Amino acid sequence: MANGNAHAHTHDDGHHDLESLRLMGFWIFLITDCILFGTLFATYIVLHGNTAGGPTPAELFKMPGVIAETFILLTSSFTSGLALLSMNQGNRRGLIGWLAVTILLGASFITLEVTEFIDMVHEGATIGTSAFLSGFFTLVGTHGLHVSLGLVWMTALIIQLARHGITPVTRRKANVIGLYWHFLDVVWIFVFTIVYLMGVM
Amino acid sequence: MAQHTAGHGGHGDGHGHEQESHGSLKSYVAGFVLSLILTAIPLFVVLNEWLEGTAAHVVLLGSAVLQFIVQLVFFMHLREEKKPRYNLMVLLLGIAILVTIVGGSIWIMTYNKVG
Repeated sequence: MANGNAHAHTHDDGHHDLESLRLMGFWIFLITDCILFGTLFATYIVLHGNTAGGPTPAELFKMPGVIAETFILLTSSFTSGLALLSMNQGNRRGLIGWLAVTILLGASFITLEVTEFIDMVHEGATIGTSAFLSGFFTLVGTHGLHVSLGLVWMTALIIQLARHGITPVTRRKANVIGLYWHFLDVVWIFVFTIVYLMGVM
Repeated sequence: MAQHTAGHGGHGDGHGHEQESHGSLKSYVAGFVLSLILTAIPLFVVLNEWLEGTAAHVVLLGSAVLQFIVQLVFFMHLREEKKPRYNLMVLLLGIAILVTIVGGSIWIMTYNKVG
């Protein structure tokens, strides 16, 4: 990065360095996002016993839906990796196809999650019912918002790829979205473990 | 295992070599299978009530952390980073802050029983 011979670099090298610098900037954003989720996890863990007479985690959580969400998101993390693999082989159709599969899986995940939330609210478990549910909806909802944003973002990338093909810029954008998507799956692993599995244990 | 470029004819030539590798089909499949196993283990432990108390917590958190590492290595290619490894350093700083926030909150609130 901090290279003494920077003057000797050709224009192409400088461009490549800039794209890798942008990729690293995004990595730093991901780490700060990680800290954001850390604070939400800390809040949830501290408050999850305070149900204020409302439903407890074990009464509320329906595991079949949550297990389906988990495997769907894990598979989508894998297919987003396959998309990058196609990109590195110069295969634009493969890249767009796997991104589309990833979007479909992500959309199924969000559909299941929203259905789960609506069911809970109908059972009287709203964000204002107890400290446990405030922490729950904030943590899981923030993750769901991240996934929804990722879906919009991935759709925009597909449009750019269809128009401009695989260029250094779209290549970097695809790498960034790949990292973002893997990161969201990692966060979900901890949501699944700490919120759901430990909740029904 | 077959080479990942074998099925794609000429596509792979001339593209894969000009920049550093970002994983192969083999590493993605390995990461996916390991992740599936590491998701299934805690699931069976909880649903079949094989373990309880501290042992169950250790298995659950251990599987989650292992899966985190699997995805960092096989999906996010952390090991392929060139020196100096800024990504790894930022990650370690983030984890230190994370552990401080989560561990500190739990520790403080455990000894903060009102009444």
